[in-house]
Amino acid sequence: MSRSSRRYFARSFVLQLVALAAVIALVIWLATNAVHNLASRGIATGFDFLDRAARFPISESLLPYTPSDSFAWALAVGLGNTILLSMLVAILSTAFGVLLAQARRSHNPLASGLTAIFVESVRNTPLIVQLLFFYSALIFSLPGPHAALNPAPGVFLTNRGLYLPWPMFDHGRWLLSSPITGHFNFEGGLVLSPEFVAIVVGLTLYSTSYAAEIIRSGIEAVPLGQWEAARALGLPERRLFRLVIMPQALRVIVPPMTSQYINIVKNSTLALVVGYPDISFVTATTINQTGQAIEGVAILVLIFLVINFAASAVLNAFNRRLASRVR
Amino acid sequence: MARLFLASTAILALLGGCSQAPAPAARFGGTLEAVRMRGYVRCGASGNTVGFSTPDDKGYWGGLDVDTCRAIAAAVLGDKDKVRFVPLNGQQRLTALQTGEIDVLPRATTWTLARDANGINFTVPNFFDYTGFMVRKASGAVRAQDLKGASVCIQTGSVTEVTFANVSRRYALNLHPVVFDTTQASRQAFFSGRCDALITDASALASVKVTMTTNPDDYRIFPADDVITALTPAVRHGDDRWFDIVKASIDAMLMGEQLGLTRQNIDEQRSSGNPDIRSFVGKEPGVGAALGLHEDWAYQIIRQVGNYGELYEGNVGSASKLKIPRGLNRLQRDGGIMVPIPFN
Repeated sequence: MSRSSRRYFARSFVLQLVALAAVIALVIWLATNAVHNLASRGIATGFDFLDRAARFPISESLLPYTPSDSFAWALAVGLGNTILLSMLVAILSTAFGVLLAQARRSHNPLASGLTAIFVESVRNTPLIVQLLFFYSALIFSLPGPHAALNPAPGVFLTNRGLYLPWPMFDHGRWLLSSPITGHFNFEGGLVLSPEFVAIVVGLTLYSTSYAAEIIRSGIEAVPLGQWEAARALGLPERRLFRLVIMPQALRVIVPPMTSQYINIVKNSTLALVVGYPDISFVTATTINQTGQAIEGVAILVLIFLVINFAASAVLNAFNRRLASRVR
Repeated sequence: MARLFLASTAILALLGGCSQAPAPAARFGGTLEAVRMRGYVRCGASGNTVGFSTPDDKGYWGGLDVDTCRAIAAAVLGDKDKVRFVPLNGQQRLTALQTGEIDVLPRATTWTLARDANGINFTVPNFFDYTGFMVRKASGAVRAQDLKGASVCIQTGSVTEVTFANVSRRYALNLHPVVFDTTQASRQAFFSGRCDALITDASALASVKVTMTTNPDDYRIFPADDVITALTPAVRHGDDRWFDIVKASIDAMLMGEQLGLTRQNIDEQRSSGNPDIRSFVGKEPGVGAALGLHEDWAYQIIRQVGNYGELYEGNVGSASKLKIPRGLNRLQRDGGIMVPIPFN
């Protein structure tokens, strides 16, 4: 190392050290202020509230919940809904993304044209507007429970949701629970509420439009010579795609898809505009019931960090495995 | 999103609160001085509750809660129009008060001990209400027990959520909640037919019934339970003087009604020989100075805003569209539970 580069190194080291010290000092100063201000305003601090009964209702959840459960469990229930929603949207948007990518690459002008229109119109309008549109369309256009559409035996479609027969474990054996008419609503069976359907459909279409473009660009990044070489070997189209093109395309696809999956998790917080109780909705209600905003937001930030770190760790490991197989 | 944004803003305000040099005095006490220096009172408002808190088509704010705020401005600054209204949703309102974004929160906020103990002080109830269900008459429901299995639209950020859970459990109704983050969303969902009932304060339901339906007679409102809620303007902890001023301003409207003082007759009554009226209008000095206000503060409230009865009838009672019977909100003398505190 020459003298000038050593001096440059030393100077940048000192600068970084100063910057780090400034950031730490700022954090300490802000934290001290917060503690002081909270105390002087008589606002309770700490996480004791998590053990208390939540008392507010949650409209629907994967995990069982009653208002007598604790705030901690209410948050867990919200987290369960967020994970259900994100996983479902990730799987659906990937599957539809592959289909749309193929359609847009096809030589059929109808297929590629329609796909292009879909992708551009969905990508260029705000997600929140799309969600409100789907939700209003569902609750205003579907009939009430007394005029329910009945497309198949045991299946009812109303503005209260889609009711389906569903197996349920009861008294030690599996039974098929079918929806039956009550005074106000159908009871029994499985209900897909308009809130759930609106957020799943809205988020899926939005994410699909991005996934389709990522997948298409991945496929088109594979050099034409690879296609020709594989065809020259006499590989049938399907095996050609699976054995030659996809492994190479995936190297291009996986890194942007990782951030796409993370976006799905983050965008799932828009569930609250259509009344689906995801983790951010439950956290906001908790903040309102307890008045403890700092703790609530801290929990929310931590949860999203953990989910998204985990997701990107898994996908990055997958990406490394793909990248290491250079032939 | 708006709620999380506000929560983050609130946190930033808490974090940064100490940094603005003159602010601490204004924030932890000294609200009166801060209001005088600023020249206007900042009030939390709802913006879409007709009769309580809403701007008219010219942008002029009106309603029972708004007039309560104007009364405070008349008492403190001598002018009912030296006010600014900050529209807040149910989620934002308490944080906005705690962080000093507003001076007083007269926004249909239910007095609960948990809220009272957690950074804010409730002053004097300006409206007694109950939680109600609104249903379509065609559903045949006339009381809470008739709603077994019904879907109910609720907005989050309110005591109503807890009341809903209690009612459902108490009568084993197995109600299906559909929870939204704004009042507009929950009302829209109810009118779309997504829900069989809409639950919120009965006063707000009365306002929804006359303003959002084409035929109000198709809808029915009934109580959800037998609990009376006290909608009470609140201030933040740590400023006893401001707490007293807000209490006194609301009390002056009640006492004005008790003494028979109205917008019309206050000027002639000002020279009355009645000692109660003399100390009310400030002819017998003392109360104003003790509060840190001009001696004519209560006179200004009645002259510019009116007594409680005038406020009630004009905004939500017989002279308004809502026509909510006075009921519990009558003075104790007249059979209600509103109790004016004597001035002497």
